[in-house]
Amino acid sequence: MIGVTHYLVVSAILFTLGVLGIFMNRKNLIVILMAIELILLAVNLNFIAFSAALGDLVGQVFAMFVLTVAAGEAAIGLAILVIYFRSRGTISVDDVNRMKG
Amino acid sequence: MSPILLIVFLPLIAAVVAGLSNKAFGSVAPKVLTTGALFVACGLSWSVFLPYLHGAEATVVPVLTWMNSGDFHSEWALRVDALTAVMLVVITSVSALVHLYSWGYMSEDPDQPRFFAYLSLFTFAMLMLVTANNLVQMFFGWEGVGLASYLLIGFWFRKPSANAAAIKAFVVNRVGDLGFMLGIFGTYLVFGTIDIPTILAAAPGMTGSTIGFLGYRFDTMTVLCLLLFLGAMGKSAQLGLHTWLPDAMEGPTPVSALIHAATMVTAGVFMVCRLSPMFETSPVALGVVTFVGAATCLFAATVGLVQTDIKRVIAYSTCSQLGYMFFAAGVGAYGAAMFHLFTHAFFKALLFLGAGSVIHAMHHEQDMRFYGGLRKHIPLTFWTMMAGTLAITGVGLPAVFGNHLAIGFAGFHSKDAIIEAAWAAGVPSAFWVGVFVALLTSFYSWRVVFLTFYGKPRWAGSEHIQHAVHDAHGHGHDAHHDDAPSAEDAGHAPDVHHAAHGDHAHEGTAGYHPHESPFVMLIPLLLLSLGAIAAGFVFHGFFIEAEEGAHFWNGAIAFDTHLMHAMHEVPTWVKLSATTAMLLGLLGSWYAYIGKPGFAAAAASHFRGLHTFLLNKWYFDELYDFLFVRPAFAIGRVLWKAGDEKTIDRFGPNGLANIIRLGSVGAVKLQSGYLYTYAFIMLIGLTAALTWVIAG
Repeated sequence: MIGVTHYLVVSAILFTLGVLGIFMNRKNLIVILMAIELILLAVNLNFIAFSAALGDLVGQVFAMFVLTVAAGEAAIGLAILVIYFRSRGTISVDDVNRMKG
Repeated sequence: MSPILLIVFLPLIAAVVAGLSNKAFGSVAPKVLTTGALFVACGLSWSVFLPYLHGAEATVVPVLTWMNSGDFHSEWALRVDALTAVMLVVITSVSALVHLYSWGYMSEDPDQPRFFAYLSLFTFAMLMLVTANNLVQMFFGWEGVGLASYLLIGFWFRKPSANAAAIKAFVVNRVGDLGFMLGIFGTYLVFGTIDIPTILAAAPGMTGSTIGFLGYRFDTMTVLCLLLFLGAMGKSAQLGLHTWLPDAMEGPTPVSALIHAATMVTAGVFMVCRLSPMFETSPVALGVVTFVGAATCLFAATVGLVQTDIKRVIAYSTCSQLGYMFFAAGVGAYGAAMFHLFTHAFFKALLFLGAGSVIHAMHHEQDMRFYGGLRKHIPLTFWTMMAGTLAITGVGLPAVFGNHLAIGFAGFHSKDAIIEAAWAAGVPSAFWVGVFVALLTSFYSWRVVFLTFYGKPRWAGSEHIQHAVHDAHGHGHDAHHDDAPSAEDAGHAPDVHHAAHGDHAHEGTAGYHPHESPFVMLIPLLLLSLGAIAAGFVFHGFFIEAEEGAHFWNGAIAFDTHLMHAMHEVPTWVKLSATTAMLLGLLGSWYAYIGKPGFAAAAASHFRGLHTFLLNKWYFDELYDFLFVRPAFAIGRVLWKAGDEKTIDRFGPNGLANIIRLGSVGAVKLQSGYLYTYAFIMLIGLTAALTWVIAG
């Protein structure tokens, strides 16, 4: 029997992968965007799992909103990425350090 | 309003107004104000003084309460008795004449208001000193004159040598002042008051008591008197603390006349006389006073023999005469000490102002080797200087035919009185020193006159004269006035051999024509000559005759009538000794500098060692440099490098700065610029906050 716990474990693994994807990745900005998507999906999975387990539809409605926001975020992120690539000629994370104090 | 208030505070008001307005109203207004104030004060002083000749009573004029703390009371009060009155007359007369003289002497100086303000400030402080009714007020005046002296020695503050001399005077005086302060503290500790009359009344009762210090017992009065005398030694340039006085000649000549001859340097003698009942209780202290006085007297006279700077000769002469005053006080003849102070003020101020007039005429040349033959060119200066020299050497007719036939110039009456008092008091060593120094005094005083006014002109060797002649031909007579201050620099002594061998002597005048000083300078000279001629004869009865003196002093000093009587009973040869010594000195001087020219140079080279020793002032400056100055610099360097830089700075300001610098270097490393670092830190923070909320 697959219970809510299993969903939550999968969700936690996805979330951790997403966070690590942000911190440990040194190569590519696109990977960061993808990692953010993973985090959002992990959250969505949580919402839906609890929604199903508690019989409350509000969680699924929230998941739809999150998907929408995620789509917008991906679009804007990729647009910034393209502009950035045009001006710097690279999307390597190691080169993106202009905020250094 | 009591005249004493006007006498004391008029110079202060004049000094403040002249000093604060400075050049706002030109230089004439401050000069008129200060000089006028001093002449008014001088007139009032004489009016205060004259009643004391007929035995007026001492008065005290209270002004204000100064300090009132527990058992300690200190008033501002002006005490006038015979002793103060004498000092009032001396101070205001000499000061007024020096003010007037400065109109001429300082006429080319751009800073005249400042100069006159300082002079008046000095006069106020000196008057405060002599009118003090308690020791703290006396100390106020004491420090006030020290300050004024510092300011005036360093008046030409662009000259490094003047600054050095001013600092030296201040620092050396500080040594004496420490003794004076400890003396005041000790006096308060023992007597519980600083009021002078109370202390003097209580002093005989303290004879024989002891005071404990560091486990030893000392005689109370001896300790107090010696500490106070240390102060007197500093101010009066006695042997050991004398080194500042010759250097103080860096100041303008009127300052030398007023402060370093007539008034301030006699403050020590005044203090000993003022506290004479206290000194009378301690034979040991009196012995020290006598010894130091006699030693200074001898030392300064020997150094004066060979100096070539006219002002330095007179400075050492002052030092020597102060020694006379001290050993007079030491043998108990306070009247004679004050008498010599009184007459000395006139003839020494006269000699200084005369020297100033010579320097003025010789275009700021101070080296006597470049004078000569000036008698015909500046006759009035010559005659007044002659009066001063006759006075200081003590020319007169001794009283061998009876007590009242003695007649002579001022110094004759006062110096002979001191020498006789030394004999009468049973201190033959001081007597012989006194007689011998009378010979030396006569020698160096006449040497000044002979080198300056007689012989052939030797002016050509002088740089100053060369300058003057050159400037006069080149670009008019005013061009060289700017360098007047630096021209008084005594430091660059020319080559000795010029004068000694007369290389340039035959060139003579170098085409220079000395000019007699203006009348504002000659009038003070003439008035002071009057004092130098007559002060001794007119006043000797009041100061040193047994009956008249007791009436005059009226308890102001410890006047010993027996000693004064004994002075007249001394053997005839004692009475003649000082005059004989004077004549021998005159003859010797005449022979060395006029009778047989070249003798002095020959003697100097024959006794080269002695000559060099004297020329270098017994190497006191070098000794002090080795003993005190260099160790002080060494200690200072250690404290500076190890104490300040390596300890305080290192752990204090620099240490704190280092911590902040290192902290910021660490903080900068957090700012990597990488987005993921920031995100990670945010996550850590969020996690920590959540953990705290949930767990707490």
